[in-house]
Amino acid sequence: MNFNLSKEHIMLQKLYKEFSDHEVKPLAEEIDEKEVFPIDTVRKLKECGFMGIPFPKAYGGAGADQLAYAMAVEALSKVCATTGVIVSAHTSLCAAPIFEFGTEEQKQKYLIPLAKGEKLGAFGLTEANAGTDASAQQTIAILEGDHYLINGSKIFITNAGYADIYIIMAMTDKSQGTRGISAFIVEADTEGFSVGKKEAKLGIKGSATCELILENCRIPKENLLGKEGKGFSIAMKTLDGGRIGIAAQALGIAQGALDETVAYVKERKQFGKPLSYFQNTQFQLADMDTKVEAARLLVYKAAFNKTMGLPYSKEAAMAKLFASETAMEVTTKAVQLHGGYGYTREYPVERMMRDAKITEIYEGTSEVQRMVISAQLLK
Amino acid sequence: MNIIVCIKQVPDTTEVKLDPKTGTLIRDGVPSIINPDDKSGLEAALRLKDELGAHITVITMGPLQAENAIREAFGMGADRGILLTDRAFAGADTWATSCTLAAAIKKLQYDLIIAGRQAIDGDTAQVGPQIAEHLHLPQVSYAGDLRVEDGSFIVKRMFEDGYHLVKVKGPCLITTLKEMNEPRYMRVGKIIEAYQEKEIEIWNLADIEVDPSNIGLKGSPTKVKKSFTKGVKAAGKVYEVEPKEAAKLVVEKLKEKYII
Repeated sequence: MNFNLSKEHIMLQKLYKEFSDHEVKPLAEEIDEKEVFPIDTVRKLKECGFMGIPFPKAYGGAGADQLAYAMAVEALSKVCATTGVIVSAHTSLCAAPIFEFGTEEQKQKYLIPLAKGEKLGAFGLTEANAGTDASAQQTIAILEGDHYLINGSKIFITNAGYADIYIIMAMTDKSQGTRGISAFIVEADTEGFSVGKKEAKLGIKGSATCELILENCRIPKENLLGKEGKGFSIAMKTLDGGRIGIAAQALGIAQGALDETVAYVKERKQFGKPLSYFQNTQFQLADMDTKVEAARLLVYKAAFNKTMGLPYSKEAAMAKLFASETAMEVTTKAVQLHGGYGYTREYPVERMMRDAKITEIYEGTSEVQRMVISAQLLK
Repeated sequence: MNIIVCIKQVPDTTEVKLDPKTGTLIRDGVPSIINPDDKSGLEAALRLKDELGAHITVITMGPLQAENAIREAFGMGADRGILLTDRAFAGADTWATSCTLAAAIKKLQYDLIIAGRQAIDGDTAQVGPQIAEHLHLPQVSYAGDLRVEDGSFIVKRMFEDGYHLVKVKGPCLITTLKEMNEPRYMRVGKIIEAYQEKEIEIWNLADIEVDPSNIGLKGSPTKVKKSFTKGVKAAGKVYEVEPKEAAKLVVEKLKEKYII
């Protein structure tokens, strides 16, 4: 057993830190305040190869492993959770299923530009009446000759409006239940495809979260991802991988809040002494650091398993459950240790606390993670 | 075009702290970086590569851990990396360093050699110019800009109060200033290549033809007699006044201290 990072992971960390500190951190406050999607940052992420980290070079990727990818999302999220989720949703929810379930033609046509960062990706599963109960899909796809006709709508779609390529789940045979769901690759400029209401959110405010509307969208037959009826299974497997990304995002948020707090308690004085002098501060920090480190081990373990081709569904669920609850707890403590200042926008910890909450909800709520973990125990 | 970029791995002096008791630098745990002037030199080479196509070789002399500087250069886009390392090279001053580097460069093809102006741990600004002398090459130091025009290099040679535009034909050597550009970030894919596909060539004494009396500590004419941290006698005082008044104030203060 070896807990040391390889030399290449250490060099990647150097790049991630330099990029995050200089290109991402300075914008974090503004994109939260103004709720703007950081389009320039996405262009810079593309130049530096962040948009296709875990895919082979032959498909336009960096040829790195899942750990390299998780570490990138962690580093970006440490300073800006919005930027972290843009990369995570693009990589794990759009490019990854095309890589894992796509035909060679689909990989050539869609994966290469996605991995190169020339196109941005998104994923549409959630509907107004199909959240945790994702099987209750009301979007319908009907085969008509050489194409499918898709009608329906999706909600809470990350990267919506900015993405060029969407993975869309739709019911092809209602009588089959979950086995009647299929996955499709849908291009943003398809006639009848439009972006609806943009959500006003508590956190990750720079991330675009919108409704998608599909009205008589004609999707060529060759854009069916995997086999007909395999969509639910593809979605679940895709979310297993996505959880590593969101777990890494949560880990980054927690680490960012901890770092801000360590700096603050050394400077802020009360009763004539820096806050760091008081045992309550020391004990709080010790608990925060211990949880962050434990979360990191779970996230890295899940990434390692995926890279090695080992089972990772339970590990990813554990990583996401623990890292997201850690993010919520650590950011809450960070605000508390900052006192009144922590509640203001003068310090970044209030943003981090707002951003942390979503990690307990999207790509499977904490309750869903507990279902996944216990189902593996009790099977 | 073949470009050689000389780089040095140095301690990040912005992270160096002083030992409050002894007043000496604490180097333990200080991260190592590519010397800033050299990194801008590499960026200048990469821009020529982007624009015109070029093969870039980075070369460094140092201990084995200088490998990291070469891997970082690969991460930015360098094509080939050579690490000159041998116990016999240790303790070299600028003369011995430039003799060793020049001997290695003699074995390579080049149209342009780039070296950073000076290293932040030594500040001599001598190694680049000395390499040019050993190789009998024209040199332009203190480059603030570099471009290619009709097969010649146009170098903006910076002075404190202005600049010269110098036209020079290759092969030549140019020393670069960190202010000349903003070095690019590494690329994720290039970092992976740096470790999984690229090999660093390790050259030692046996691989180059150099007079043994010109290398290492023994071949170094510079002898450091003593190094010390300059003590601070008193805290400075800042006056924010008009220049005319400032001049008067300075003269008064100097008189007060019997300096003038």
